[in-house]
Amino acid sequence: MYEDLKNEMLKLLSKNLRLDGRAPTDYREVTVEKGISKNAEGSARVKIGDTEVISGVKMEVIKPYSDSPEDGSMMINVELTSLSSPEFELGPPSIYAVELARITDRGIRESKSIDTKKLCIKKGEAAWMIVVDVCTLNDAGNMFDAVALAALAAMQDAVFPAYDAETGALDYKNKTTEKLPISKSPVTVTVFKYGDHLLLDPTSDEGKVYDARLTITVLENDNICSLQKGGDSAITVEETLKMIELAKQRTKELRSKL
Amino acid sequence: MGEIKVKNREVVVPGETLATGMDFLPSFGTYRDGEGIIASRLGLVNVEGKVIKLVPLSGAYHPKAGDTIIGPVTDILMTGWRVDTNSAYSAVLNLKDASSEFIARGADLRKYFTIGEYMMVKITQVTSQNLVDLTMKGPGLRKLTGGRILNVNANKVPRIIGKQGSMVSMIKQYTNCRVLVGQNGVVWISGEEPEKELLAVETIKKIEREAHIPGLTDAIKAYLEANKDGIKLSA
Amino acid sequence: MAYEKRFDGRGFEEIRPMSAKAGVIKRATGSGWFKIGNTEAYAAVYGPREMFPRFKQSAEAGVLRCHYTMMPFSSAGDRVRPGTSRRGKEISAVMERALRPAIDISDFNNSVVDVFVELPQTDAGTRCAAICAASIALADAGIPMKDLVCAISAGKVEDKLLLDLEYNEDSHENGVDIPMAMLHNSKELTLLQMDGEISSEELGKAMELIKGAMDQIYDVMKSALKAKFEVKQE
Repeated sequence: MYEDLKNEMLKLLSKNLRLDGRAPTDYREVTVEKGISKNAEGSARVKIGDTEVISGVKMEVIKPYSDSPEDGSMMINVELTSLSSPEFELGPPSIYAVELARITDRGIRESKSIDTKKLCIKKGEAAWMIVVDVCTLNDAGNMFDAVALAALAAMQDAVFPAYDAETGALDYKNKTTEKLPISKSPVTVTVFKYGDHLLLDPTSDEGKVYDARLTITVLENDNICSLQKGGDSAITVEETLKMIELAKQRTKELRSKL
Repeated sequence: MGEIKVKNREVVVPGETLATGMDFLPSFGTYRDGEGIIASRLGLVNVEGKVIKLVPLSGAYHPKAGDTIIGPVTDILMTGWRVDTNSAYSAVLNLKDASSEFIARGADLRKYFTIGEYMMVKITQVTSQNLVDLTMKGPGLRKLTGGRILNVNANKVPRIIGKQGSMVSMIKQYTNCRVLVGQNGVVWISGEEPEKELLAVETIKKIEREAHIPGLTDAIKAYLEANKDGIKLSA
Repeated sequence: MAYEKRFDGRGFEEIRPMSAKAGVIKRATGSGWFKIGNTEAYAAVYGPREMFPRFKQSAEAGVLRCHYTMMPFSSAGDRVRPGTSRRGKEISAVMERALRPAIDISDFNNSVVDVFVELPQTDAGTRCAAICAASIALADAGIPMKDLVCAISAGKVEDKLLLDLEYNEDSHENGVDIPMAMLHNSKELTLLQMDGEISSEELGKAMELIKGAMDQIYDVMKSALKAKFEVKQE
């Protein structure tokens, strides 16, 4: 379907170039703005070039699950809005939206950035449920990285609403100064493979023709806390290690934007 | 006596009163409401004598017979190909209009054009139900191989082409690229030097952004001259 | 009981601060953003484009389709569950009716003009903000339209008629909320809903209040559209 586009890309990549003049591993300009929605407990807007997503955190008090009475919980959801691209259709979440949400969720969950024990209010009776929703505003490619960065930024921005333990009443209008405890900084970068070339931050056109991709979440100490390979082609072990090195460098820069 | 309420070449919005008085005449993009002439779309005001019309600045392409367009094949049919026109209506290129070569019934049509390939074609007919017929018989009409595709606002195509093709010739001259502009806002660009190919892309985007500003030709010439070695690439 | 001073200190006929932008979503054919007080709406128009499912096509004219969505974190209360809600469906339908009288898509038979609205932050008046954002987006998309549709609510709290209810007024137990949309030139109503109890004299006065607000809203939308085409020369 996009053979010409791919050939043109490969031709340029052999000269270390891309359609928009960037080098293969160049990233577009990234901006992160926190506190963009007044009603959310935490929120953020992330732009990568023309890609724009916004995220918000809502906190609810629930009864802890019976198999973990001393833990609160966390959930990440991604809405690929039809507003943001003619390619996102209305209806139940697509596999793309589900994969995006699950990769982002895993990146944060497996980093153990959030101590779910600290989200327990009263054992077996009350605990915080943290829900992070990321909504797309304009899709110009590289949603994986944008969504993950937006989710983390909103969580870093989040404060607890006032909760009356006596009555169990939650007062969303009254925010406390207590921050959501998030102890680490798991940042996600996806490395794409085209032929023998590795590339970062694809535009939506470039995103249509990759051979393979690897989404990598990296912590401040350079350890990796989640991986997801995508695409129909295989990658070698050497390529994988190269991809991880690229991600390590880039996540440092993205983290500095938070 | 009537009175003009806006400046010539000003951007106006739907519902805006452009003039009052019965001596002015509403034309494209405007309507009369009592004494007033009102804008009925977003556009650039054009006053010629007593006639007021709007030049559209935005909006999707609408197929018109006689237009030369660029689009990809989206489907292979029993007797031809379906082509995306970058509008609400897809078009059909029939076997008999595709080639002077005889194509037998039941032949594998993918050998000629396959899904995803771009072609430059001419619209021969648009019915009242917006069914669109195409032909590939005519000068310059053909399958486009290699190169890159750029989508622009179809309303800006006349400015990208320029008077008698002057603008597009200037771009070609400065960039050594082959540039084909479809009336439907799809542009095909192919060049040997990436720096210059990118210059062609950036120039066309600049025309698209600034098409409504007076002095466009000079501004574009200055831009091409300032970047005549091509856009600096980061590699 | 008398309502002496509004919760946010505004005059009874004073509208919350408004701001707007056009062309905020690059992928869309046209787009708009409209903010009034703490209520904020994005709208994107796609089309006219091919309509699916095909049985919904009209051979006579293009179809306008609206989709209203509150982002899950946008509300002052609990999280809004994603997916279709009865409320969202109804608002989408009244939005379509509010906008249709302004637009002319009769030449685009068998096609659809899709309007998607997403609200990242809400504080009463969401359907009105959605209509204003959608109006900007439709104009930006080059859709033929005889006027912009401007929307705002009027209402009553206790004994006072007022313009542009905010959350505390909207949810007041003795409050009346009357969201309205009008074609700004003719002042004809294209959206009219109400909840609460009010006399017909008071309703008449409320409608007059809205008429008086039309130019103010229109000017914000007009400036947004014009600003999009101001090119900074490099």
